[in-house]
Parts: sequence; C-alpha cells; structure tokens
Amino acid sequence: MTGQADGDGVSRRDLLGRTAVAAAGAASATVVPGAALAAGRPAAGAAAAAGAAGSEATIEVAMTVNRRPERIRVDPRVTLLDALRDRLALTGTKKGCDQGQCGACTVHVDGERVLSCLTLVGTVQHRSVTTVEGLADGDTLHPVQQAFVDCDGLQCGFCTPGQVMSAVALLREGHTRSDGEIREYMSGNLCRCGAYNNIVQAIRSVRPGPRSR
Amino acid sequence: MRPFRFDVARSVEDAVHRPAPGLAYLAGGTTLVDLMKLEVANPAAVLDINRLPLRGIRSDGPGLRIGALERMSAVAGHPAVTSGYPLLAEALRHSASPQVRNMASIGGNLLQRTRCGYFRDVRTGCNKRVPGSGCPAIEGENRTHAVLGTSDTCVATHPSDLAVALVALDATVLVHGAGGRRALPIADLYLLPGSTPDQETALRPGELITEVTVPALPAGTRSTYLKIRDRQSYEFALCSAAVALRMRGRVVREVRVAAGGVGTRPWRLPAVEDALTGRAPRPDVVAAAAAHAVDGARPLSQNRFKVLLLQRTITRAVLSLVDGRG
Repeated sequence: MTGQADGDGVSRRDLLGRTAVAAAGAASATVVPGAALAAGRPAAGAAAAAGAAGSEATIEVAMTVNRRPERIRVDPRVTLLDALRDRLALTGTKKGCDQGQCGACTVHVDGERVLSCLTLVGTVQHRSVTTVEGLADGDTLHPVQQAFVDCDGLQCGFCTPGQVMSAVALLREGHTRSDGEIREYMSGNLCRCGAYNNIVQAIRSVRPGPRSR
Repeated sequence: MRPFRFDVARSVEDAVHRPAPGLAYLAGGTTLVDLMKLEVANPAAVLDINRLPLRGIRSDGPGLRIGALERMSAVAGHPAVTSGYPLLAEALRHSASPQVRNMASIGGNLLQRTRCGYFRDVRTGCNKRVPGSGCPAIEGENRTHAVLGTSDTCVATHPSDLAVALVALDATVLVHGAGGRRALPIADLYLLPGSTPDQETALRPGELITEVTVPALPAGTRSTYLKIRDRQSYEFALCSAAVALRMRGRVVREVRVAAGGVGTRPWRLPAVEDALTGRAPRPDVVAAAAAHAVDGARPLSQNRFKVLLLQRTITRAVLSLVDGRG
C-alpha cells in the first residue's frame, strides 16, 4: 500500500524544510519519482508548475465554514482541525489526542459528526463544515449549549466543544431513547473530568419526548 | 507526517491506472491518516477516492450489494441490513465510535491495519512494518494479540468486526485493478502471516475494493454478533463471535460461526459448525462444539485467557439464538 523512498539518507521532511516552496516540487520529484509520475506529469514539468504556482507543495481548498465561504492554501498534510484552529482562528474546536481517540475535535461535515484530527483538509474541498462557533444564533446559545450550562455538563471544559457537537448530531440521529443509548452514542467523546452523568442529563433535557429515563 | 502529493481521483479507471508504488488510496482516513501521523504509513502520494461513484446499498433477491465507499454508519442503519442481516448491523454498530463510523468506508474497514502496539510504534521492531526486524510482541506485551493463525514472525490480531461478520456470511469482495475486475471470496482476501506478515491481503498492487456482496440468509435464519471487550464501548474486541443459525424443529439445520479478536485474520470455525449441525443445541452440546474453536490455538504469555473466553463467547452467542433472545 505504501512505499518509502529515502534511500539517499535525506528525509523528505528535511529536504522540504530547507527548500523554498518554488523548488519543493523538484525536490520531491527527485526523491520520490512516483509522486510526480502519479500526476501523469514528467518531473521537469512538475518543477516548472511548482515554480509558477507552488502547486506541488500546497493545495488550495475551498469550503464553507459556519456558513461562510473560505478559501485557503495549505500543505496537503494539514488536517481540518489544524486548518480551523491555525488558519481560520476558530479555536473552539480542541486538539485532544490528535489521533482519533478522544472526540475533542468533533465537528460536522455536511451535517455529520466527524473527527477533524483524522480528516485531511484536502478531502473537505467544496464541503460544508460546522464548528462549535457556528451553533449559536447571535447571543442566543444553541439549545444543547444552554443545556450543558444548565445541567453543569462540564468541569474543565476542554472536551465540551466536542461533546456539544456530538450531542447536536446525536439528537438529529435520534439515538436518545434511553440513558444507555445516549451513553453508547456519546462514547466517542471522552471526558477526563468525568462529567458524564451531567452530560447525559443535558442531552436528556433537550431530547424530544420524555425528559427522564 | 512526511510530505506527500495529494490528488483527487476522477474515476475508478483513473485511480487504478496510476502507478501503484508509494501511492495510497484515501477514503475515510481513520486508519491511513492515523498511521501517517505515526509515520507507520509513509505514502509518497495520497489519492482521495471519496468522489468515486462507489456508493449504494441495494438489497435484491440473491443478496445485498454495498458500495465500497459507503460509510459504516450508513450501512449499520440501513433498513435492508438491520432487517435481513442483523449480525452485520450489530458488528458495525459495535465498532469504533459514531464519529469514526461516519467517516470510515466499508472498503477501508476491511483493509484497516492491526492495533498491535509494536506495529504502531516505529521505534520498535515489527516484521509486519519492517520485514526481518523481529516481533517484540511474542515475548512482550501480547494480551490483546492472536491465539489462532499466528506464526513465529507475527501474532498481530486482525481488528475488523465487519470482516468477521462478512466471513460468516460468505461475502464476496469485488476488486478493480489495472488488469480489470475480479471477485474474491472474503475468506480468500486475508492471508495468514506465515513468514511474510507484511503481506496481509491477496490484493495486487493498485487494486481497489469497489463493492461487497453478501448472499441473502435463508428464511428463518437468526443471527447475532457478540463482542467482548475491556470497556463497554469504543474498543476493539478481545474476542467476538458472529453466528447465523437456522433450526429444523429441535435440531440445528445450518450454522455458521466466525470469531474475531483472536485470529491473525477473521476466523471461520467449520469444526464448530460441523459439531453443531444436526444436533439439538442443548448447553452441553453447544459448549462441547465451541471447544473445537480453540483446536490448534497457541496462546502467548498474556493472552491465555482468550482460549476459554472464545469458547464461552461462542457458546453464549449460539445459545442466545437458540433461545430466541438474539
């Protein structure tokens, strides 16, 4: 599935780090012939294209974030999480484990909850992203946000944006028939403070139908 | 993460005709991006295949067809799956977390890599990651590792729940490569580690899984997926059992059993099936049949418990279907 071509003892990271963007295309084409060939383009052409537009080292991504169109040019390694936090200054989405195990980075892409830390931003091209900053209506909190406040569904608050984004999606998915079901469908969001009981209570308070178990 | 070239595939033909060395197909990214961050996977080029038309969940007379880019959550919640293939829906529902299930594709799930801590740690040896570099798990931390299908070079567990259910269901995987299309019984997709644990599947370089087909279960079949794990949710299996059972009167007419969390690949158990077929499934009969699950098992220093756990998991799963609780 994957190949490695650092035979000359110089890692691509080192090489890219020391090389200007304009030359990076040529550099990676030299070190990894497959990379340039994969585009169906000879190495010399890749270098020329890189020199003109920097297209080898960066990609342009257009997406809608919280109903606003955004266009950024980034290294293809950038995750949606890092693009939101570092490029769009939307720091509400948190970096917890950064390897898909804690749920702190949960956002919605085209209305579905996903982990932004395992999403390369290049795959979000022309798609719609909602972060915790996009939930409130002006000064009026989203009902789930208000429920977390009312039910004290947090202690330190670091996992809360991810918990809230997951809970909003959960209500839409309809898996709130019992406390057990809420817990199961919130299991992708860890809370190291252990505020789980109040989180379940917050979700129960805004679900359609019975307010208690 | 090491640098790579990012491209978007325009068609299946476009994808499979690109040079394979160093190229990785990217679907949900829940395995690939994770392993790229750890520098366990270091593709020179990443090809985003999410725009390919490999979607759709269709149920007809002979069975179920699932596009390889369908997400786990969509398949788990599809009415044709929940009604006609309960063990498939259960296996998916008990996998990962809702967020991961929204991201991960069916094809990607089948090709996910082992969770062995040494495979995921580039500072240690691992014959699967770097052939010939040794297997620290054999003498090291091996509580979650396999007891079936292991070799002297690798004891890594296959992590997919879905694959276990599909092995029990005799599913077929359709693959597309530069040389054309072919169909592969899912049992033949996965290779035993032997002396080449780096070779995990029968896929040829550049081949892409495009569809999974599942034959319909005969009328009157009950099925379940029982997963035992260290925590209640969002955890890989220590042991799991996929069982489909059809009775005729008081005896078992047909049964299929596969196990997960215990094998180097999803593990079908024909000896257990044979011992149950034609018998009245009383608890003692089922337990005696389940004992065949560990024929040839090779437990390691920390996972001997799986030998008993596997038998009990199968027994409980089978009896839940006999009692009609499944």
